Amino acid sequence: MRDQVSKKQGCNLTPGETVIGRWHGNRYRVIRELGRGATGTVYLVSSEKGQAALKAGSDAMSITSEVNVLQHFSKVQGEHLGPSLFDVDDFTAADGTYPFYVMEYIEGEEVIPFVQKRGVEWSGILAVQLLGDLDRLHQAGWIFGDLKPENLLVTGPPYRVRWFDVGGTTRSGRAIKEFTEFFDRGYWGLGGRKADPSYDLFAVAMILINSAFPARFERREKDNLSLLLKKTAERPALKQFAPVIRRALTGKYKEAMEMRKDLMDRIGTGSPRRERKAAQPQTGVPAAPVIPATRKAHRKVRKTLRKTPSGIVETLLVAAFLLLGYGLYLFVQIM
Amino acid sequence: MSKGTLRQVLLLTDGCSNAGEDPTAIAALAKEHGITVNVIGIMEESRNGSQGLKEVEEIALSGGGVSQIVYARQLSQTVQMVTRKAMTQTIQGVVNKELQQILGEDHELEDLAPAKRGQVVEVVDDLGETMDLEVVILVDTSASMTDKLPMVQEALVDLSVSLRSRTGGNRFALYSFPGRRRDVEKQLGWTPELDSLAGVFKKLTPGGLTPTGPALQEALRIFRNRMNTSEDRWDERSGLEETGM
Repeated sequence: MRDQVSKKQGCNLTPGETVIGRWHGNRYRVIRELGRGATGTVYLVSSEKGQAALKAGSDAMSITSEVNVLQHFSKVQGEHLGPSLFDVDDFTAADGTYPFYVMEYIEGEEVIPFVQKRGVEWSGILAVQLLGDLDRLHQAGWIFGDLKPENLLVTGPPYRVRWFDVGGTTRSGRAIKEFTEFFDRGYWGLGGRKADPSYDLFAVAMILINSAFPARFERREKDNLSLLLKKTAERPALKQFAPVIRRALTGKYKEAMEMRKDLMDRIGTGSPRRERKAAQPQTGVPAAPVIPATRKAHRKVRKTLRKTPSGIVETLLVAAFLLLGYGLYLFVQIM
Repeated sequence: MSKGTLRQVLLLTDGCSNAGEDPTAIAALAKEHGITVNVIGIMEESRNGSQGLKEVEEIALSGGGVSQIVYARQLSQTVQMVTRKAMTQTIQGVVNKELQQILGEDHELEDLAPAKRGQVVEVVDDLGETMDLEVVILVDTSASMTDKLPMVQEALVDLSVSLRSRTGGNRFALYSFPGRRRDVEKQLGWTPELDSLAGVFKKLTPGGLTPTGPALQEALRIFRNRMNTSEDRWDERSGLEETGM
């Protein structure tokens, strides 16, 4: 009912089904659905060259638009900026022809669950990594646009943030193509929707805020800047970044690298308890120190998991004994 | 292809029309004039009025535009998405027609090899960014819309923020229906931005009939007036008027 914008939305592939390209003749076997977006559905597929992600839509226009972006990306690519593009084609189903493209399958964890599981210190580090990538994208004349946790994945170890949905990427100087309200400066009344680097940097600040407020929140009628700053001050994990967040929200950063530098300085001076852990993988990804930290985290998780059920059992036992004792007491009283 | 002007009607309503001409017919006429009619149906969270929704779809269909049903809360994003989508659709219609002239009948984007499509889409993207846009916004202010109007206002300001970020020019006109004395009442004449909306809807007295047909008729008249008075300015316009998709 909500999809009346598109003419047909019937592209439904089932696991096991094989898609054959009409132009290039490549075969892809569907393994499972990975996700649904505004312009189409992404499937995990197996091909001759191994696993890949296949996005099929009904509108050749928007699919082609995304392919254009991915092609530009591959020209920008030094190392992993967005997924690489493998194939573009159409397939014919019973109800018509559907355009699709095949790209690299990026396996990873969503950002917010990752940060929740591993610790808030990761949010700053992931943001630093993200800002490095954004800088290269901006240098090439593109703005990411629809930057949000859902369009990012953490791959690894070594842990590295990567973007996998580049549908909203817009050429610098144009109007932003796609956006999500919480991460859009226009929504908060803090700027327009012309694609420039500061548009993306605003979204990075909002991703930081989102990682401390996973449920997000809505705008107020006015004075949203003070609302956002108030929220930032409420969480210790955010508070250390407050000056950086403020500058990003007010469009003071003209370049991703400026914000990245400020953020890195801040991560270094975090609360002393956190300092050791947070200081580890700032730039690049030094693999060695990351792995022990990871193992420890694993162990910690497992330990708490084991503790919880036994705690419940203990409580239940105590309660049972108390009840029994009380029953005996009553029994004795009646006798 | 020379740069031209895209003309759209954006109709925001919550249900059935019950007075005047059949809105579907007027929408079809507008399409013949090269004006697309887009409709956003605003739905009550608690209720499921499927009858009104059908009309929403039909008007957009015969007006060559885009329709979308939403809950009032999601209005902002929808309004701007529908407007953008309709622009692209219209431009795509023109480009497709040109393609047919080059490639012969029955050739559309889908008939090009995927590698060639990229260039066509870039042209469409370019036009969407740079063409001038004129939108007549029609807001249904009948009784049932009362509590949705603040959200409508917010969504329109938001639309203005989005469109202003384009390179091309924008002109908006805002009308509400039913008016106090007439079917349709003017709220704002042609203006480049909608920032001045604060308070516009406060003056309204929602109630009475829903003359959607006459409202569309009025929108059509506004466009035709504008086109006539600025005939020489838009003289070199490309064949956009005749596009229908």
